Amino acid sequence: MRPPYLRAIDPHWWAKPPYLAYTLREATGIAIVAYALVLLIGVICLALGENAYEGWLGFLASRWSLALHAMILIAMVFHVWTWFAIMPKTMPRLIIGGYYVEPRLITAAGIMVAALTSLLLLLIALMISQ
Amino acid sequence: MKRSIAPIFWLMFGAGGMLAALFGPALVIMTGLAAPFGVGFSPNLIDYSHAIAFARHPLGKLVLLAIIALFAWHGAERIYLTLKDMHLGSRLTLAWLSYGSAGAVTVATTATLLAIGF
Repeated sequence: MRPPYLRAIDPHWWAKPPYLAYTLREATGIAIVAYALVLLIGVICLALGENAYEGWLGFLASRWSLALHAMILIAMVFHVWTWFAIMPKTMPRLIIGGYYVEPRLITAAGIMVAALTSLLLLLIALMISQ
Repeated sequence: MKRSIAPIFWLMFGAGGMLAALFGPALVIMTGLAAPFGVGFSPNLIDYSHAIAFARHPLGKLVLLAIIALFAWHGAERIYLTLKDMHLGSRLTLAWLSYGSAGAVTVATTATLLAIGF
């Protein structure tokens, strides 16, 4: 039997266009996990008592935390954009009133809804905080 | 035909992704940037007495578990698929590593929230 033909694959394909765009999109998952872990540590400190929780708050107010959360926020916003950019490809064709809804429109609507829900959450938190 | 359990992971991935898309930026701004530095919010929004009251309320527990666990499962799916495409290990090893970590985060969050009590 002939050996099967295996096309040579560049081991760094994921760091080069066009795959780099997908790698960056998937990398937002790391930031989202990082945020979950920060919250989990906060909840664990909360369970340990007031002193431990104050320690966690101290970390949140540090320069390291500021840099970490700035990066997480950038990744989060990138996630919002890619999430709704993919949405038209993952759902069935949307037909309203006999007209096919353009994928661009679905993406734009999704991003607008996300902006609205995030803004609403911030406003509610601001009202509670006052 | 053997049934795949992959759709369960897709469901968690989708739920976490949608939650992050709708509320992620606001959550990060609130808990990571604004409240700790007293920008806009007063820092006592997340001080001990408010945080413990939130974590003791059943709805607060549900919110915390949903955010932490679903974010973990969402990220785990992305990390698993990327590492698999990079051929950085066998499928089974990578699946256990990524989904296993998300499962551990879920169990740890549930146990801690229960330990905090009602």
